[in-house]
Amino acid sequence: MTDTSGSRAEILRRIRQALTDVPAEETPGDVPVARDYLRVHAPRSPRERTDLLAAHLTDYRAHVHRTEEAGLPGTVARLLAEHGTRRAVVPAGLPGAWLAEVSGVEVVSGGGGLTAGELDAVDSVITGCALAVAETGTIVLDAGPDQGQRRITLIPDHHICVVRAPEQVVDSVPQALPRLDPARPLTWISGPSATSDIELDRVEGVHGPRTLDVVIVTAQSSA
Amino acid sequence: MSGTYLGLPSFPRAAAESTRDTQLRANLTHATHTIRDKRAVAIGELADWPQLRAAGAQVKDRTLRHLDHYLLQLEAAVTEAGGTVHWAADAEEANRIVARLVHATGESEVVKVKSMATQETGLNEALAAEGIAAYETDLAELIVQLGDDRPSHILVPAIHKNRTEIRDIFRTRMADWGRPAPEGLSDSPAELAEAARLHLREKFLRAKVGVSGANFMVAETGTMVVVESEGNGRMCLTLPETLISVVGIEKIVPTWRDLEIYLQTLPRSSTAERMNPYTSMWTGTSDGDGPKVFHLVLLDNGRTDTLADTVGRQALRCIRCSACLNVCPVYERAGGHAYGSPYPGPIGAILTPQLRGTDNELNASLPYASSLCGACYTVCPVAIDIPEVLVHLRERVVQGGPVTLRGTRTTIKPARGHAAERAAMRVGSWTLDHPAAWHTAQRLALRTRRLHPERAPGRTARAWTDSRELPALPEQSFRDWWRQRRKTRENGGDQ
Repeated sequence: MTDTSGSRAEILRRIRQALTDVPAEETPGDVPVARDYLRVHAPRSPRERTDLLAAHLTDYRAHVHRTEEAGLPGTVARLLAEHGTRRAVVPAGLPGAWLAEVSGVEVVSGGGGLTAGELDAVDSVITGCALAVAETGTIVLDAGPDQGQRRITLIPDHHICVVRAPEQVVDSVPQALPRLDPARPLTWISGPSATSDIELDRVEGVHGPRTLDVVIVTAQSSA
Repeated sequence: MSGTYLGLPSFPRAAAESTRDTQLRANLTHATHTIRDKRAVAIGELADWPQLRAAGAQVKDRTLRHLDHYLLQLEAAVTEAGGTVHWAADAEEANRIVARLVHATGESEVVKVKSMATQETGLNEALAAEGIAAYETDLAELIVQLGDDRPSHILVPAIHKNRTEIRDIFRTRMADWGRPAPEGLSDSPAELAEAARLHLREKFLRAKVGVSGANFMVAETGTMVVVESEGNGRMCLTLPETLISVVGIEKIVPTWRDLEIYLQTLPRSSTAERMNPYTSMWTGTSDGDGPKVFHLVLLDNGRTDTLADTVGRQALRCIRCSACLNVCPVYERAGGHAYGSPYPGPIGAILTPQLRGTDNELNASLPYASSLCGACYTVCPVAIDIPEVLVHLRERVVQGGPVTLRGTRTTIKPARGHAAERAAMRVGSWTLDHPAAWHTAQRLALRTRRLHPERAPGRTARAWTDSRELPALPEQSFRDWWRQRRKTRENGGDQ
């Protein structure tokens, strides 16, 4: 910072000179911001919210699967088998029960030791999430214990993400932000990696996972 | 074509050439119409779009009127979170800082996330001169870099290239930069994307230094936000040990909560999606996750001069969505290269002359690169009154007057030898020689008539509407009416 401190002072001087039209007594709070936009774009029951999340994720080519708690281990095992996965990485805090029915797959812990090159030799990653946003079809990861480092959901070609409904599903972006901690590294994912750079034809999968399986788990009682 | 913007001809001369390129025009028309049609659908889903648009503008105005306050708050928050903040008064200084930081790592290559700020500073060329290879990793930027070309659109920089041209670039140039294109590469977008994946993955996996911009910086928390689609951004932001972000000082939003506005308006306005596939947010450094070292380079490079102009200041609200490009009849026909800057289209026509000054023919001609149809203002998600600023800048070019240049207040004379007037006349006659541009503008205005304000945009027109109601637009333009009437006649219908 030290060798550009001259520019720091100069830029701040320029800004203050540029803003001589702003009254000296004006505070930022004096510049009005009308937040009369909507917090939610429609009233929804928990079930409708989850259905909308599923529909919007599907719209952007994620594969959505619905199950109750008891069916989760079977669903995870089936998705790995269908993808032909031989090696899968999981964050250190992933509940062991989720993998109870997985067989024939080498499961490695992504607790921090894997290099990017080693991750490149992994077929699938299984994580939870921090929350999901129905109106935009988005899942948000915050590097929590069941999600792990950002890199483990990026390099493997197949991501299975478990969302708990209804408690992890919010309606809208304005509802999502207060539930997230900006001090944590955050990744918002809306469908698999995609590009539209060639004649605006959408192609899934350039650098991130080409297949995104989202498993929405509802508790037995609320199903 | 070379990768720099130096020594480019003025807009009318460049446009005269590009409008003769029928391939370019066909590519552009397809692309801009596709995006704008989808965008209208995405925005139609949000009943509160006018309120989001107004709030987006107000938050930016609050930020700009107290920019020094928010920059200091941001600096403190980033430093507290383990990052280092640098200040760059101009492009040259920003490039010097980045080069020094890269040299300090002992590395000689960097991977880059698509960034308007580093295009503006010419960072890649500056790093090359220092012996540092900078690899663009966004697919479109890769196409532009391999083709020794320049970006022509803010969102889709290779919009002027079709799939066959891209295949040829990959076949002939990939080997010069790393892994060659696969044998027998076809021109299907899926195969081309796969070729880019393979070519770039080896670079991602070995990269020690990443360079990015940011879409937003949150002053209260020090959080950086990058929105993208492909995952190349996530690769560059999380795999390297050192991350250097070069960001214009206007990219600040005051609070974490403010993101709720822009994360709704930016994706829908730019790619016409409810949300872009990936958004990364990071605050300084995190133990064991992502880069161990984070540098933020805050870039002025003409922004404080723009801030000093109370009419032109609103250009700094821009969130680089590129919606204005896709509705502009002049952009659609002239193409992005004619604007001679990383910022093409209507926003470029007001941003570039303010960032760089109007003392050369190209920059002085840009405020005339418009038919003032107002479609750009209608679609802008932060309500920048682009026509108003265009007219204001035309006055400045022709009449001269007080401006701030590199922080110094000065008075500029009317443009040298009436060069600007000549430029203006050329653009004027160029526009009139291309009646389809006017026609498109008219049709657009009709399609969006429910959104029209009761007062006209632009200083002169606004004065007129101070005492008058803006007349209602007819249901149909005269040309459309005439065309339909003629068609009906040809089909033997009523006369």
